[in-house]
Parts: sequence; C-alpha cells; structure tokens
Amino acid sequence: MPSSKQDSYKDQQFKKFWREGEAFIWLSGLGVALVLFMVATLVGVIVKNGAQTFWPKALVSFTLADDSKILGELVQEQEHPHSHVNRYQIKVGNRDLNGVDFKWIIETEIKEQSVPDDAIVLERMEYGNFHGFIKSINSSAITEKTTPLEDWEKVKPLLHKLEAETEDINDEVISRANVMESIRLEILKVRYHKENPAQLERRLKALTLQFEKLMVLQAKARTALIRHTGTFVDVNGREKEMVLAHIVRSYQPNQLGLFGKLGVYISKMFELFFDEPRESNTEGGLFPAIVGTVMLILTMSIFSFPLGLIAAVYMKEYAKPGILLQAIRVAVSNLAGVPSIVWGIFGLTFFVYTIGGGIDSFFYPERLPTPTFGTGGVLWGSLTLALLTVPVVIVATEEALAGVPGDLRHGSYALGATKFQTLINVTIPMAMPRIITGFILAMSRAAGEVAPLMITGVVKLAPTLPLDGEFPFVHLERKFMHLGFHIYDVGFQSPNVEAAKPMVFVTTLVLMGIVIALSMSSIILRNKIRKKYAARAF
Amino acid sequence: MTTQETSVISVKDLDFYYGEAQALFGIDLEIPKNKVTAFIGPSGCGKSTFLRCLNRMNDLVGDTTVEGKILLDGVTDVNDKDLDPIRLRRRIGMIFQKSNPFPKSIYENVVYGLRIAGVKDKKVLDEIVESSLKRAALWDEVKDRLNATALGLSGGQMQRLCIARAIAVKPEILLMDEPCSALDPKSTAHIEDLIADLRGEYSIIIVTHNMQQASRVSDYTAFFFEGKLVEFGHTDHLFTKPTEKQTEDYITGRFG
Repeated sequence: MPSSKQDSYKDQQFKKFWREGEAFIWLSGLGVALVLFMVATLVGVIVKNGAQTFWPKALVSFTLADDSKILGELVQEQEHPHSHVNRYQIKVGNRDLNGVDFKWIIETEIKEQSVPDDAIVLERMEYGNFHGFIKSINSSAITEKTTPLEDWEKVKPLLHKLEAETEDINDEVISRANVMESIRLEILKVRYHKENPAQLERRLKALTLQFEKLMVLQAKARTALIRHTGTFVDVNGREKEMVLAHIVRSYQPNQLGLFGKLGVYISKMFELFFDEPRESNTEGGLFPAIVGTVMLILTMSIFSFPLGLIAAVYMKEYAKPGILLQAIRVAVSNLAGVPSIVWGIFGLTFFVYTIGGGIDSFFYPERLPTPTFGTGGVLWGSLTLALLTVPVVIVATEEALAGVPGDLRHGSYALGATKFQTLINVTIPMAMPRIITGFILAMSRAAGEVAPLMITGVVKLAPTLPLDGEFPFVHLERKFMHLGFHIYDVGFQSPNVEAAKPMVFVTTLVLMGIVIALSMSSIILRNKIRKKYAARAF
Repeated sequence: MTTQETSVISVKDLDFYYGEAQALFGIDLEIPKNKVTAFIGPSGCGKSTFLRCLNRMNDLVGDTTVEGKILLDGVTDVNDKDLDPIRLRRRIGMIFQKSNPFPKSIYENVVYGLRIAGVKDKKVLDEIVESSLKRAALWDEVKDRLNATALGLSGGQMQRLCIARAIAVKPEILLMDEPCSALDPKSTAHIEDLIADLRGEYSIIIVTHNMQQASRVSDYTAFFFEGKLVEFGHTDHLFTKPTEKQTEDYITGRFG
C-alpha cells in the first residue's frame, strides 16, 4: 500500500510507544511521585504546625470602633467571601477575665492598631495565658520599690527557694503516702490470713500522726508561697492580682530579639520533653506520655519479637508441610488483618479479666475488690500489642528464612551440622536483616495503635510513671499515658479544643519523632548486619 | 578395577526414587580407596543423585526412597536407619557446584565443622586452620586476613576455601559435585592441581560435565546414562577403548 507510507511510520511510532511500555513507565513514575507528594505533605503539615507553636508571637493591641481594646496574638486571617473584608482571629488569652481565649474581629472595626513595647505574656498554671501589663509586685521581701520587673527579678531567688522547699515537702508527702499504703495492704493481708495486725496498726497510727504534721507543713509552705503576688492589668485597665508562684513563664514578646525568642522557644521545648502536663493536658509537657509510649513499644517488642521468631522458625524449618501448616499460615496472615479494637477487647477479657484477675485472686486476694493486676496496665497493653504484631513478625521471618540460599544450608549439613546448628550458625544470621525489617514494620504498627490501648490501660493522666526510682523500678501493672491517646484526648476531649490545637500538632510531631527514632535505630542495626553478610559474589 | 586395590565404597543394586519417579536403576559399583573417581554422563543421568546418596544428602529432599546397599569400608551401611547421617557426613566431605562459604570470617569458615563437633581448644583450631588452608593451597593468599569475611574472596578462592573447610574435619572421602563448573579456566586449573595433590590421601569422587577434566584428574571413570551405570573402569581405558557403544558415542560427542 504505497499511499500509507507516512501513516505506517506514525503507526510504527505509536506501536513502539505501547510496545516499549512508555505509558506504563510514566504511570509508575506518577505513582511514585504521588506517594512522595503525600508523604512530604504529611510531614510538612505536621512539622510546620508543630514546630512554630512555641515561637513567641508579637502581642498586638487593637482599639475597636466601640473604644474597647483587645491585646493578643494574631492566629489567622480570612477574607470574607462576599464583602472581601478581612477578618482576624486573635488569641486574647485572659480566660478568667474574658471567658474566651479567642476573638474574631473585622478589619473595618479596627480604629487603631499598635504593638506596645511593654506588653507581657504570662503562662499560668491555670486559666491559660494572660496578656497585659505589669503594674506592681507585692511582696514582703521587697524593701524599696524600683520598677515592677526589677522587683520581680529580686523576688525570684526567694521564690525558687520556697518552691524547692514546697517541692521537697510534696515529695515527702507522696513517699510517706506510699509507705502508708503498703502498710495498709500488709494489714489487709495479715487480716486475710486471720492473724492479728496490731503491731502494723500501731505503726500505721504513728505514721498517720507524722503524716498529719507533714500536711500542716505543706499547707504552711503553700501559704508562704502565695503571699508573693503581682498586680497586672489587662489592656482595658482591669486589674488582676496573681500569685507569682503560679506563673510558669513570663516574657515580653514585643521586646524580644531573635535570641530572646529562641530562648523562650528552647525553654518551652525543654518543658515539653521533661515536664508533666498542665491544664488537662493542653499545656505543659509530654514527659509521662513519652515514657509511656516508649516503654509500651519496648515491652511489646520483648514479647512479640522472640515469640514471632521462634514460631516462624518452627513453621518454616520443622513443621511438616501439608494442609494443616497451610491452614495455620492462612490463619496467621488473617490475624494481621483483624481490626485492632477487636484485639483490644480480647486483651481486656483475656489478659485483664482472666489472667490479671487470676493473678489477683491468687496473689493479692486481700486487696480485692480493688484490683492490682486485674485492671488495665502497661503489661496488658503491651501484650495486646504483641499479639497484634506477632503475625507481621511471623510472615516477615518466614519470608526471610525462605530467602536464605539452600546451598548454604547444605554446605553446613555436609560438614556434619545438625539442623539446629545450621539454623543458629547459618540460616538465622543470614536471614537477620530481613527479619529486622519485619520487626521495624511491627514496631511502627504498634506505635501507631491507640484503640486497643484505650481499653487495656491508657489513661488521660497517670499519677505515677510505670518506671521510677521505687523498687522494683519497673511497674508493669500501672496505668500509663500514651502519645497517641494524648493527641485524641487533647484534640477532641479537652474543654478548650481551640486552644489545644497547637498541642495536638506538637504531640503528633513528637510521636512521629519517636517512631522515626525507633525505626532509624533498627535500620542502622540492620544495615550493620547486612554489611557483614554483603558482597556475596559468585 | 584391578583386584589388588581395596574399595572404600561398595554399592550393590542401588535403586533410587524421587517420589514415584525412579532416578537410579540397580547401580553396582566399587569405588577404590585413595583414588580419584570421576562420574560422567549427560545432564539428568543421575550422577549427582548418586553422589548425594553416598553421604545421604538426599535425606534433605523430602519424599525420596533408597533401595539397595551402600557399604563404607565394607562395614558401615550408609542407609542404615540407625546410622546418624551427621556422623556419616563427618567422614564424607562434600564440595558443591556453587561455592558456598558461610557469611563469616575465613577462619570461622574453616573451623565451622570442628566447632559444631565441639572442638574448643584455640591452639588445635589454629593449627588445623593453617594446615587445611595450606592443603587447599590457599594459605599464602589469605594468611594475613584470616579474620576478614570469606565473602570478599574471588570465586576460585571461595571454592578452595570450601575444600579447606571440608578437609578440616579430616574426612576419608571427598565428594565433589561439579566443583569447577562456575569457575574460569585459571581457577579450574588451580582446583585440578589441588585434586591431584590430594590424591592418595583421600578417596575423591568428582562429578563433572567436562570430559577433558575427567580424563585429566581421575584414575577411574564411571559413565552414567539415564539412571544406569553403563561402564566403569580405568580412565585411560574408558576414554581410549570403551567397551560399550553408548560410552563411545558420548565421549566422541555424538550425543550429550
């Protein structure tokens, strides 16, 4: 067909395009780009929102049309869709005076706007931030008055001393209370065995008397502390007297230079990692939640990894292939797909009620009906997570063992090694990098689970850490805090969701950081092992 | 085989099955002691299967059946159910087609068989490492890096390491399953020299596809075809004046 010469060239190009799979390459490239984009967006959003939370923002004073004033941080601005007038959301603070933390104002309402140099931000133990100005410091420790700020600086050493004393007394109170509690439990036990606890009761009585004296001391220390106050005024001139010891941090953001702001930022970061939460978790630190999360994951690993590994070794190396083994394999794979809340229910009924309840009735019958192990705790939470992740470990380990070349095993057998020796010396070490990959997957999965924990031991606020200086140091029966639950709790269950928003992002960032840190350390370990066995050339 | 030579392995009427499929048919063979015996034959003729019968490596493949007798030194029945294959394999070393050093150091590779047998004395291990590596003509190349990973060696060195590893446990017999098929000509020559060197000390059985190699290194040759032993005799004899037509066809390249 001479007329179709040009056509056939085009036609050929077209065919070549499809034959060489050009379209498919583009498609798969697009897939990778999409995944990258999603990951980058996720990380970007969390890092942006989380990292800027603690950066001190300027306090802006607005005089409105009705001559009322507001002083606060600009949170966001929006354009009204019809009138194209801007409106601003301002974080005004002063919840005790205003009743709200946030206000919306419309651009046209604003008569005047300024950035007052002496505006001060007070972070308080209660009622959120205070925005305003300092008027005076009222303290018996000040003999001659200078400026209020200088006065405050002068009082600070005294305050620190008093605070340290109060702290010491509080610690003493807690440790005494612990001792008394253990004696009370001891008495219960003695009574349970139908013996006379008279001696213990006398000791308890003596301790109780001491404790009451301590309580008086505590109250005294508190009153000594609250005697030092400061008078502050808000932007509308309302005065407010506040106990200086209840102010966690103060700064004048409009005067701060870059380094000053950095200082505030670092101090807040420090608080975040090493302090307890305040104000129903919306302020303060994450320390108990970080400890709880890390401990939960580590305990989970201790249960899950060895169990999964030996189960997989049996299935791959020792079990006789057949329908039964195949059925077990299918069952294990399906277990990996069971919704985590179902595991939670299982953990609650089996671990908490059955095993925990059993331990209680066997070892601590005198304490009942108050449960010791028969209630949620780190142990039960991590065991539940271990069950949840074991299928992942088993599947990965089986794959890893299958990937070890047969000629290596045969080489070992031919030298007179038994199956066990071959496994320990050759097969498992060779499979280790891929087994660790399975561990990493399991760990990440466990770190992200919240639902099963909510019914096996997580609490909003744990009075004690599962890890402390008290014998036996690790208290796996204790309830714990968890970053994932913290996010849910702060973001959706707190009384002031709007004010808690920054904390949600920060907590998410920290959780992400912990997961990445744990995975990275495993990856480094894996690469080390892999390097040892690499360069297997033929 | 001349009558004055003793045999190290006597095979009598050996049948072998993979599941239902018979792979070896009534093999009768006397393998002479401290000589090199080559098994030749086309692919799939059963020579490797037969080799693996000798140290019961076929046990590791599920669903196999062996019938007939294999006697070691005229006494030990290889297929005896009560015989521990682990002990058997310490007496019969094996070299594989693909060199398979363990992902450990050179030193640990050589002492592997000793360690799993429970030898702990460092001095004994050191001595055996040196003597085995010298025996395998590898000592001079690796003596300065015994603790380096064995995976960094060249293909030929790896195969010699595998030979050192096998002779470290002092076996009586060495089985070699196409030990040079993955090596370049120079490394092959090295291994062949080594085999010539080990002759007289060990009874070596080598499976090979390369007929020049068989004629170069072996004292005796067995020709297998379709699961049957067709002919066995002195290598010189078999290659120059084969008695069977099939042998002649094979060695002159008419098939295979």
